[in-house]
Amino acid sequence: MTLFIQQLFNGLALGGVYCLAAIGLTLVFGVLRIPNLAHGALYMLGAYVTYFFLATLGVPYLAAIGIAALVLFVVGVGLERLVFHPLRNSPHTHHMIAAVGAMFFFQSLAQVIWGADFRRMDTPITGSLHILGAEISAQRIVIIITAVVVLALLTWFIKRSIHGQTIEAIEQDRTGAALVGINPSMVSMLTLGLSALLATIAAGLVSPINLLSPTMGDALNLKVFAIIILGGLGSLPGAIIGGFALAIAETMTSTYISSAVGEAVAFIVLVAVLAIRPTGLFTKAVQR
Amino acid sequence: MSALKNPRNIGTLALLVIIAAAPLAFGDENYIMRVITTGLCAAIAVYGMNIILGFTGQLSLAQGGFFGIGAYTVGLLTTDYDWSFWSAFALAVIGTAVVGYLSGLIALRTRDEYFAIFTMAIGFIIYLTISRWEAVTHAHSGVNNVKFPEAGDLIDFSDPTAMFYLVFVILLVCVYITYAIRRSGVGRTLLTIRTSEDLADAIGVKVGLSKQLAFAASAVFGGIGGGLYASVVGFIGPDAASVDKTFEFLMFILVGGMGTVAGPLIGSMIVTFLFEFFQDFQAYRFIVLGPIIIALVIFAPRGIVGYLGGFVDRRNRRRRIAETRSTDEARGAAEPMETTTSEETK
Repeated sequence: MTLFIQQLFNGLALGGVYCLAAIGLTLVFGVLRIPNLAHGALYMLGAYVTYFFLATLGVPYLAAIGIAALVLFVVGVGLERLVFHPLRNSPHTHHMIAAVGAMFFFQSLAQVIWGADFRRMDTPITGSLHILGAEISAQRIVIIITAVVVLALLTWFIKRSIHGQTIEAIEQDRTGAALVGINPSMVSMLTLGLSALLATIAAGLVSPINLLSPTMGDALNLKVFAIIILGGLGSLPGAIIGGFALAIAETMTSTYISSAVGEAVAFIVLVAVLAIRPTGLFTKAVQR
Repeated sequence: MSALKNPRNIGTLALLVIIAAAPLAFGDENYIMRVITTGLCAAIAVYGMNIILGFTGQLSLAQGGFFGIGAYTVGLLTTDYDWSFWSAFALAVIGTAVVGYLSGLIALRTRDEYFAIFTMAIGFIIYLTISRWEAVTHAHSGVNNVKFPEAGDLIDFSDPTAMFYLVFVILLVCVYITYAIRRSGVGRTLLTIRTSEDLADAIGVKVGLSKQLAFAASAVFGGIGGGLYASVVGFIGPDAASVDKTFEFLMFILVGGMGTVAGPLIGSMIVTFLFEFFQDFQAYRFIVLGPIIIALVIFAPRGIVGYLGGFVDRRNRRRRIAETRSTDEARGAAEPMETTTSEETK
């Protein structure tokens, strides 16, 4: 039972990270109608920028994540302007190819600046808590709390603030939103910036537990795509439920079956969902 | 022989003749021959990508994985299990066909984004299996001393020129298959799917089956390319199956031109030599190549052959217009005048 609670908390912490990463991806899909294959690379870059502020410049941990998130927001906006905006009227294969190009660019950039070796990020948050006999590291508690706070803020932003509501409007109907005076280009920039920002928070939170490497985004890429396909492309609640579901499934299978199965869970979910309903479990039929 | 009058076919033939003559120019320089031959191996895999991406319009990100399956089947069987090259190669082709067909069972149900994501997952899983399953694949130590093809005393395939011609002949078959597909009803079926899946479905095209077969065919081409690559290079590591490989293939096909017959070959040759040129900056090369691929997609999505083809089309159209004009004039200017007058009298 202790092991179970321990793993449950590990799963929740991982789920928080997955949620933050997946929500950005699903927002981008909702607004730009493209799967941003470079999302994992943005996550990786976010981790390294956090590392830079924390280890090289000595900024406090949470502040380092915040600054890195703002830096990546700018990177995301730049990505939309330079890559996806010029391709908005191209066939769908083209922006996916361009996204792959951006992904390789970011990876080699990180490799040139920080080297190909694994790096460890030290966090000032140490110690652990005892909950129901299980020992939970404080870092994981911080991840869970931060994730919940960020998710709440994001929900407030999208549902209540005027800029957030434009995102939802564009998701529902691009032409209609443009007719009532919303600028689709601005919203696209905002969305990609926001998705990069969320990915950075996720990466900054999880980096002290995992190691940093230029290819750390590859595995995450597969997982977040599995999550948003499970939850339905473009669906926010779907991304949240899918994120926690996948993370808990992953930690539980790693503990009780084997770590190899744990790693394969995302893939199994992906294949199963696509085999049962090729357009995702919770998506409405879309006429193209 | 009307096929020979088409400038496109003449260009493709000229290209093949130039490549066939490469050993005459570089026969003594083993290094250059090896670069060209590995480029041809990649070109075979790129022809596979051409079928699924160029003709059918579905982005498959698993091609590097299939290339890796081909390479590792040949590599492991000829070293650890001491099979002959040909039997291992045959199994590599069958193996990729089976994997491609089975994954196609699910791929055929997906479309557009979902297809790309699904194939990305397949490619990643193949890479993970190869790089982690140490007991079988030796993981990061890779496979050394992959056998050359055997041919009794007839041909010695350890000679780079002989190996070059073997790969070249197999490439010729792939080029011909691509040409045949493009001309046949199959090709038109695939192009219909590329244009609009809903439309294709509405006019009775079996979209799912066509996509599945196109995907399996592209996988087989990938396996063939990989199998030959293992033997040409002699050493393979998990890199042979990585996502980077898929990206390289994407770059080849983009530079050459998607959906064309000669494009994959031209692209592979040019970019392979570019890669060699950049080899000293291994880590930096994607810093340059990433933006290049983005620029290509934005500014020149048709590739070299696509633009040459567009040029040929424009010239033909101009000639046709000129011809109709001259026949009109020959018929005399009175005819159009009459119609106008009759309209006026009305």
